[in-house]
Amino acid sequence: MKKVEAIIKPVKLQEVRKALTALGIHGLTVTEVQGFGRQKGYTQVYRGSEFSAQFLPKVKLEVVVGSDLAQKVVDTIVETARTGRIGDGKIFVSPVEQVVRIRTGEQGEQAL
Amino acid sequence: MQNINAGDTAFVLVSAGLVMLMTPGLALFYGGMVRAKNVLSTIMHSFFILGLISVLWVLVGYSLAFGPDVKHFIGGLQWIGLNGVNGVPNRDYAATIPHLAFMIFQGMFAVITPALITGAFAERMKFRGFVAFTVLWALLVYSPVCHWVWGVGGWIRNLGVMDFAGGTVVHINSGIAALAAALVLGRRKDYDNGGLVPHNLPLTVLGAALLWFGWFGFNAGSALAANGLAANAFVVTNTAAAMAALSWSAAEALHRGKPTTLGAVSGCVAGLVAITPASGFVGPLASVVIGLVAGVVCYGGVLLKSRFGYDDSLDVVGIHGVGGTTGALLTGVFASKAINPGGSNGLLNGGSASVLGIQAVAVIATIVYSFTVSFILLKLVDAVVGLRVSEEEEETGLDLSQHSEVGYAF
Repeated sequence: MKKVEAIIKPVKLQEVRKALTALGIHGLTVTEVQGFGRQKGYTQVYRGSEFSAQFLPKVKLEVVVGSDLAQKVVDTIVETARTGRIGDGKIFVSPVEQVVRIRTGEQGEQAL
Repeated sequence: MQNINAGDTAFVLVSAGLVMLMTPGLALFYGGMVRAKNVLSTIMHSFFILGLISVLWVLVGYSLAFGPDVKHFIGGLQWIGLNGVNGVPNRDYAATIPHLAFMIFQGMFAVITPALITGAFAERMKFRGFVAFTVLWALLVYSPVCHWVWGVGGWIRNLGVMDFAGGTVVHINSGIAALAAALVLGRRKDYDNGGLVPHNLPLTVLGAALLWFGWFGFNAGSALAANGLAANAFVVTNTAAAMAALSWSAAEALHRGKPTTLGAVSGCVAGLVAITPASGFVGPLASVVIGLVAGVVCYGGVLLKSRFGYDDSLDVVGIHGVGGTTGALLTGVFASKAINPGGSNGLLNGGSASVLGIQAVAVIATIVYSFTVSFILLKLVDAVVGLRVSEEEEETGLDLSQHSEVGYAF
């Protein structure tokens, strides 16, 4: 099993969610985060004083899928989350050791 | 009840209500500009003052400010507990309304003035220190200065100063006390690391709107009658506020590239401050100029802060101190006896330089007295009770450390 973690632009969230659901994933976790990469922040001005906001709001998606689905998930996210401009985000894929469904106690891929 | 005019009385009482609303309005105006962890403490300052000064005024503040004169410096204690102050008009202050109406109208001014100062020490003041300082300040600074300018026998009143609704008594007074507070308390911990960002500007705009609305009571009500002078004050108040909002926005856009919402509401407040002393003495066209000047000058005043390095958290000095001074002096330029026969003609209306001179004397006297006594009181309170919260309390935030409360429990 693999965990696919993607940091994307908030405005792309709905499109990505729809596409992933169509792919057949069973669950998704979304967190609002702040961060920076190559896209630098913007400047805010309050009563004449400048404040650079170094962090930009982003959305982090986490989805755990069977290893054979992982690449398709990655490709789908890349396709739907891309705008072509700096700040589109990144995807990280990592191995998952164990998955448990709390309600039933099932373990392994059937718990996904 | 002889000579009581129903229209005048109704108007003054409603105006008192409008001015009362300015204090919670100020609470929101300031509250939105601090960080979320300090929003309640900032609001609490203003709201608590409403309680504190309302009672203090009735018990002793009013007598000290407006009571029978002692040496042109202060009022006597004959009216403690509002002894002798009742429904019968006081001929010296407001002949057509109950004395109580005049008292309560003035009381709302006594409330908002110390509330203005709280902007200078926001985000780092101990609650107990704040209460102690406020009580002492109300008795030893506000009441005396009020007596000088508006009390019968007051020495500045006797000079013939023109201060219709409190340019000196309220704005310069609080503005310069704020400077003293900023200097004595020192800068906030996060002053240098870019973390001092407003957390809820919509709240600030709401507060500014309530201030603008309440200011109609503040200025027009100061006519103490429902008449042409009140109407004039109302009109110039609105016009100056509007023009200053525009001119601050323009100054900001020229200087920084874009006008901001905070700038627009700050501008409008600057205009309201500047027109305060002038509102019963100048006409609409003069108020356009006063607003325009106030917006630009106060924008500059706020930038001054970083040049000098004092941390006046919410720009009380730049807006109330500088704005009040600007307004008081411009009153000496634009005043017209055609608008108010009780005043003098300003420089542009054939008045002599001495008219402007008297305004300047009032300004300087207020600045010197308020700064000196405020400074002493701050040092005194610091020694006995303590003024500033600890570093850890400042980091945690005052809502939790001073009040065990959280503003937004999401």
